[in-house]
Amino acid sequence: MSESTEIAAPPPGPTSAWALFRTFARISLYGFGGVLAWTYRILVEEKRWLSDVQFNELLALAQFLPGPNIVNFSVVFGSRLYGKAGAVAALGGLLGVPLLAVILMGLVYARFGELAALRGALAGISAAAAGMIIAVVAKLSKPLFVRPLGPGPLVAIVCFVAIGVLRWPLVWVLVVLAPLSVALAYWRRA
Amino acid sequence: MKGSVDTLLTLAVQFALMSLFAIGGANAALPEMHRLAVEVMGWMTDRQFTDMFALAQLTPGPNVIIVALIGYQAGGLAGGAVAMLGMCGPTCVVAYVMGRVWDRFKEARWRTAIQDGMVPVSLGLLAASAFVVAMIADTSAGTVVVTLVTVVVAYATKLNPLWFFGIAGVLGALGWL
Repeated sequence: MSESTEIAAPPPGPTSAWALFRTFARISLYGFGGVLAWTYRILVEEKRWLSDVQFNELLALAQFLPGPNIVNFSVVFGSRLYGKAGAVAALGGLLGVPLLAVILMGLVYARFGELAALRGALAGISAAAAGMIIAVVAKLSKPLFVRPLGPGPLVAIVCFVAIGVLRWPLVWVLVVLAPLSVALAYWRRA
Repeated sequence: MKGSVDTLLTLAVQFALMSLFAIGGANAALPEMHRLAVEVMGWMTDRQFTDMFALAQLTPGPNVIIVALIGYQAGGLAGGAVAMLGMCGPTCVVAYVMGRVWDRFKEARWRTAIQDGMVPVSLGLLAASAFVVAMIADTSAGTVVVTLVTVVVAYATKLNPLWFFGIAGVLGALGWL
């Protein structure tokens, strides 16, 4: 509970790129339906390689960059520790085993995909997973809609309708919407 | 058609392009993956797409591995590899470069503008994903109930997702949905 440790030496990071690889491999194996919660638990709470503030800053960057968030996170985190080798180690750890596992899933699916019990199980899991995404959206939209900041809610709704309802191509929608949203945010800060 | 050079090229190019616009993670790109795999290229049916989605949820690891499954379905093992490389390659390079320079611009007004401006966009994308996935996954009264119950419980608690998947999977396997 003491706050005097702020000036103490930074917590020890991983001792090698190999340790980085092993840790990210472990994180990936725990994470079902996304690995973010486990990344926090292991990197911040267990290993103490990051403070929670550092974690949030890194996550904000990873989320704003294009592409899978946690993949971005591992690349940035790894590269800051061990350069290119670190980026490759963290990324390889994160994706290696899941890729093997998912190919196995694909093989099982190709063989048994028409079994009624498996069909039913997958239908149930999809429905639950859809609910998970809706719940995440509800949690994330709360700050945006409770305290509306400028045009944010409008941008989110236009994006939702264009991609989700009208099914317009992602690239064209974002080529227009992203610069517009950033420009609006820029002026609002003026 | 499986594994043909055309298919592999399409997978690589389309996923690379998509990844650069996937603000907010792999799930935010689900509508675009569905558009590509089902509507434009006809690699799979709606039902197979939701199956891929469920399999990816069941596999430990980041959600992005659904891309390997889609690629695998479209073009075999090579298809899976090429699709994953397309999805992760370019964005990893971007992340690597940005990770090194981003902190230098901490005070820059354009940096905060980009961060602020992208929040509602990524939220809109994720909402679109939720909508698209629910539309193709909820095909019966039972699955609609599963989705709604999951929304409420997941919103109110921090229960491990495996509980939802496990219970819904068993209900489905028993043919109750």
